[in-house]
This record gives sequence, C-alpha cells and structure tokens, in this order.
Amino acid sequence: MNSLVRNINLVKSAAFITRHFAIKSKQEIEELLNKNKVVVFMKGVPEEPRCGFSNAVVQVLRMHGVPYDSHDVLKDDSLREGIKDFSNWPTIPQVFINGEFIGGCDIVLQMHQSGDLIEELQKAGIKSALLDYAKQGSADENKNK
Amino acid sequence: MKTFCTIPFVSNFVKEPSFYSRFSPLLFHRFIQMASNTPIENSIRTKLSQDLNAVHLDIINESYMHNVPKGSETHFKVVVVSERFNGLPLIKRHRMVNDVLKDELSNGVHALSIVAKTPEQWASSDKNVEPSPNCRGGFGK
Repeated sequence: MNSLVRNINLVKSAAFITRHFAIKSKQEIEELLNKNKVVVFMKGVPEEPRCGFSNAVVQVLRMHGVPYDSHDVLKDDSLREGIKDFSNWPTIPQVFINGEFIGGCDIVLQMHQSGDLIEELQKAGIKSALLDYAKQGSADENKNK
Repeated sequence: MKTFCTIPFVSNFVKEPSFYSRFSPLLFHRFIQMASNTPIENSIRTKLSQDLNAVHLDIINESYMHNVPKGSETHFKVVVVSERFNGLPLIKRHRMVNDVLKDELSNGVHALSIVAKTPEQWASSDKNVEPSPNCRGGFGK
C-alpha cells in the first residue's frame, strides 16, 4: 500500500514538474510557424513592445507593410525557452519567414538597410510596401540621368 | 641554507602586483583580471579575439541602458572584425559569435547585439557603430 502511494506521489511530482518547467516542443512551435508566412517571437505585443530590439523589428515590419503573427514570450516562459531551443538562437526577438529562421533585430535591421529584406519577402510571396518606393527611387535616378 | 632564508622574503614580494609584471606579464594580466569588476567583458574579449582571430574588437556594455542594476553585465554590443566571416551570410556570422560566447549567454548575458564584418567591409565602412535601441521596460513594468 505504501509503495503504491509513493509511486503515485512520484507521478504527481513528475507531472507538476513537466507542467511548470516544460518548454514548448518542436511540434508546437512548428504549428505556430505554419499559421503565417511571417512569424515574430518578441517581448510584448506589436502595439506595445517591451524591449527596444523587439520594437525595432516591429517598426521595420510596419514600414514594409508586412502582415505577421506575433507571440509574446514574456507571457509564456515555456515558449521563451522553447523558441531559443528550436532555432538554437539565444536571444529574442526572432523572425521567421516561411518557417525559416531569418535572424534577430541586428540582422533584420541590416537586411532592411541593404534592401535584402524586400527580396526575402518577395521570395515568400509578400510584396513589401517599400518595393514601390525603391522602384520609384531608381526610376527617378534614371530620369535624372 | 640560503634557499630557506629567502622563502619568507620572496613570499612578501608575491603579494605585490609589480612582482608579476616583472617576472611574468601573463601572470600580471591574470592578477589584474582577478581584481577586475568586469569579468564577463574580459571573458568575451578573450574568447572573441582568440577563437575568431579578431583583427578589431569592440565590446560595449550596454546594460546601463536597460532596466537592470548598476554595474550589471547583461546587455552587450560587440563589434567583431575577422577574416573568418569571409563569404558567410549574416546569420552564419552571428551564429559563430553566439557559439563562441555560449557560456556567457547561458550565464547572465541576456542580450547580445552583433556587428560582424570582414576586414575589407570594416575598412570601407565609416566605422560608426550606432547604439542599440532604447529599453522599453522589459519584464515587470
């Protein structure tokens, strides 16, 4: 009888541990990635980012007029650890396009400045709002020439 | 007999930093590191310059810009210039730096902003490194 009670307690503690200290599994994260072409894991929400780096990513995506899914890692610790594990990347924010990890704030900012982001979005079938801007810019240059 | 007499004499000198600088620059460096209040910055510097053969290295502690106690070593910006980045896309370069610093990243360093250039890119750039965006409170506010 005692050993049975002990075993049940062990199972209960194991369940408690997994529920509270588990991290999101690869499958759960892949499910999130399948829901939208562009998925961002950030601190806070796009309307109110809780971190300067996350905010920078939000602003860049806003400039390009990109629709995206956003997930607040501050609300869910298992997601915060899970996403770091999934992409083998130690920091937040993390930007995924078509299920592929693109990078964090530094990379997205540099891609935005170099024009690579517009290309990457085009590959995913998203037309950046800045594409017309860029085209206009080069058209004007040609006119002036 | 002579050696026995000199031992207490020598032990006094061992406590002096100048002892280390005269007899071993490396030991002097270690002594200073032991007394340093920026252990993580030191460790980052050593690892990046050795493992990535960095020709230029700038480590900026940006923790003061964030919602953390004074003197923290939690948020860094690193500027690394190395031949090893040649031909690698940005993400691979950043992964290399993350890999070198994985111990620091799992022990206290919470944010790492990376500028990773090849020597050619660095030479042709204006070498101006923008500070990171402002903190927006983070967790808890």
